[in-house]
Amino acid sequence: MGSPILRLIAQRIALGVLLLFAVSVLIFVGTQILPGDVAQSILGQSATPEALANLRAELGLNEPAIVRYFQWLGGVLTGDLGTALTSRQDIATAIGGRLWNTLFLAFWAAIVSVPLAILLGLLAVRYRNGVIDKSISGFALASTSLPEFFIGYLLVFFFAVKLQWFPGISTVYDGMPFIERMRAIALPATALTLVVLAHMMRMTRAAILNVMQSAYVETAELKGLSQFDIIRRHAFPNAIAPIVNVVMLNLAFLVVGVVVVEVIFVYPGMGQYLVDHVTKRDVPVVQAVGLIFAAVYITLNMIADIAAILANPRLRHPK
Amino acid sequence: MARKPKQKPTHDGKLLEIRDLKIEATVFPPGEDPRDVTIVHGVSLTLERGKVLGLIGESGAGKSTIGLSSMAYGRGGVRITGGEVVLNGRDILKAGKGGIRKIRGREVCYVAQSAAAAFNPAHKLMDQVVEATLEHGTATRAEAEKRAKALFRKLSLPDPDNIGNRYPHQVSGGQLQRVMTAMALCSEPDLIVFDEPTTALDVTTQIDVLAAIKDAIRDTGVAALYITHDLAVVAQVADEIMVLRHGRLVEWGGTRQIIKEPRQEYTNQLVSVHEIEHQEKAPGVSPVLSVKNVTASYGGSVKVLKDVSVDIFPGQTLAVVGESGSGKSTLARAITGLLPPSEGSITFAGRKLSNALRDRKREDLRELQMIYQMADVAMNPRQTVATIIGRPLEFYFNMRGRERDARVAELLDKIEMGKGFADRYPAELSGGQKQRVCIARALAAKPKLIICDEVTSALDPLVAHGILRLLLDLQAEEDVAYLFITHDLATVKSIADSIAVMYRGEVVRYGPKSQVLAPPFDAYTELLLSSVPEMEIGWLEKAIAGRRMESAGN
Repeated sequence: MGSPILRLIAQRIALGVLLLFAVSVLIFVGTQILPGDVAQSILGQSATPEALANLRAELGLNEPAIVRYFQWLGGVLTGDLGTALTSRQDIATAIGGRLWNTLFLAFWAAIVSVPLAILLGLLAVRYRNGVIDKSISGFALASTSLPEFFIGYLLVFFFAVKLQWFPGISTVYDGMPFIERMRAIALPATALTLVVLAHMMRMTRAAILNVMQSAYVETAELKGLSQFDIIRRHAFPNAIAPIVNVVMLNLAFLVVGVVVVEVIFVYPGMGQYLVDHVTKRDVPVVQAVGLIFAAVYITLNMIADIAAILANPRLRHPK
Repeated sequence: MARKPKQKPTHDGKLLEIRDLKIEATVFPPGEDPRDVTIVHGVSLTLERGKVLGLIGESGAGKSTIGLSSMAYGRGGVRITGGEVVLNGRDILKAGKGGIRKIRGREVCYVAQSAAAAFNPAHKLMDQVVEATLEHGTATRAEAEKRAKALFRKLSLPDPDNIGNRYPHQVSGGQLQRVMTAMALCSEPDLIVFDEPTTALDVTTQIDVLAAIKDAIRDTGVAALYITHDLAVVAQVADEIMVLRHGRLVEWGGTRQIIKEPRQEYTNQLVSVHEIEHQEKAPGVSPVLSVKNVTASYGGSVKVLKDVSVDIFPGQTLAVVGESGSGKSTLARAITGLLPPSEGSITFAGRKLSNALRDRKREDLRELQMIYQMADVAMNPRQTVATIIGRPLEFYFNMRGRERDARVAELLDKIEMGKGFADRYPAELSGGQKQRVCIARALAAKPKLIICDEVTSALDPLVAHGILRLLLDLQAEEDVAYLFITHDLATVKSIADSIAVMYRGEVVRYGPKSQVLAPPFDAYTELLLSSVPEMEIGWLEKAIAGRRMESAGN
């Protein structure tokens, strides 16, 4: 472990932070150029001009954009995400519980899908071009090709309506028993798993197959190692970087891309919260949620980069 | 070292017997249906315990394929379709997958040409060296590691007790090749297949590795199949030599007989010395290219070229010699502007060249062409030969249509390839033909100077010889100058008018060929010259002994 690797990692982290600031600017500018007037949409068409002017002053909408940006950023940095325009609730408090719900769902979907995808990828390589490989790939591709709302409704139809094993609406509340909570998220977690599985599985397969062409795999074969040992011991460690990359991308999707699934299952997470407030043109909420999604996305990709650096023996053990 | 009980004493001391081996592969020629071709046509051989058999031939002779068949392994979709491979008294082709796994890494081990690629970059050397031993359960980890360290010492690796803790990228190519030999020896096999183990190394490194391999074979009593295209190398280690061509046996005999009294015409061609008598030309008045005090680096503070000055005269050849990392190719990059020098100047045809490539005029680019070591990656695989050669004609001379086609035909004629090749794709050509097409492409620009970067290194000796002759003929016809980069001193003798010897980015010796190759030598040139293998039995020992005295004397 030398300084070059620490420097590289520090660089990645600094870049991540910088990127997050850039995204915060984009989000802010983006929400500013959206057509429509917040005050107008809160008060409705019949509002008097005086009421509108009062509300604008109260919301600080008359300040120049740059001043408002820094006010907003200062708030974010001190943990104050502002107040929702429509419900007058503190956004940080409202998001707290929902973020936890989203992460809970994403966590269990990841716990199932990541090991499953990698295992299936390894199996596909072990029996490549055979029946097992083709059925794994076929199943995985079919599940990705279907849109997630369709998968969601299929699951609801079979497991909630016909078989009645799991609830079709994933209501969760504070103090819900763990088992109950797991039952509630079973269907959305399955839907998410099916959506992200194929991508990770195919990339694992491709990354390992790529490494299987190399001379050191031949060396291992000529040592008399079994196929599975060759894949596990010699191919996998060298395929980690691309695999981690695609895993992180999909984990990010599990958090950021759950919007549709949360809406289908009426799951009280970030996605549903975001959709609700977009329709109400509640700008501070949209900004806060957007920033959190961006932070999750950037953090996971940063972890993938760092993992790739750590997985490279040339960087880990300099000459 | 006690041999394992598995080595049951077999009658007549035979270890390996290959009978009537037939090997096939499916090829996928571009634009045609896949078809099966036979690579090895019924080859038989026997190898006794503790003996070394050299398998020799040009590329495509099937030597690696035959060598790997002793491990029941077909590389890249190659199939063993007939014959028997009897190892320790049983046919391993009938052993089944599990049975073969028990033989690989235990009874037969493999040493690859490129150890750098054959080691897994993600694991420490020691873990890889003892892996086969542990897999087959012939020793505990502690025993295996002890054995490995002893082997590291025997193969004269530096710091034998700790080198195993390093990763492959942390040791040099020559050391890695020796570690790979230790890896093969660690499980105490009966047979090792050496597949061109020194071909990728510099001559100065090759001699050390060769000596280490030879000592290790002698001390452990292991038998070996030694595969190479270099007769001089195999003559140092083999008891017997088998000459192969196109997957058939040409001649098989004792080493002395093969190199002294070859019975077949083809063997004779391989054995006879291919030096081209090349009359050295005296330096001209004004050089076509003059490199003055050039210093260059790849970004960092390390200078890869230090104050290099050389001249090349019209119609003459300057050979730049040195081992890898000496800065030969970097010099070419500096001259072509790919790596702008930080100091110094380059004068070409009387005008000063801009340092950076993008500032150079089209005329500068045209008159300075380049030919590369790897002809197949230097050509677009999706273009025909006519397109490849025609491109510089269009680009520099604006030739189109019939005029261009006529010139392409003329160039094809110059490189001794017929018009029939115009519509072929690079994949349909042999290695030598590909290099000829690259030469034609360079000539098409009517250059004053061609930089030849190791252009014959990847070719078989006979093919390389043909290319050198062609280059000399073309030089006489076109009055073109060559900057000839190589690590092969035999080539230098055949083609050069003047020589620059490079070592660690500096020119250590420079002058007309006759002067550079005549004593008294500086230490490095001496080392280079004495490291070129000669086709003499016992050359290796003499060369090593000579070198030791030398270094002791210094």
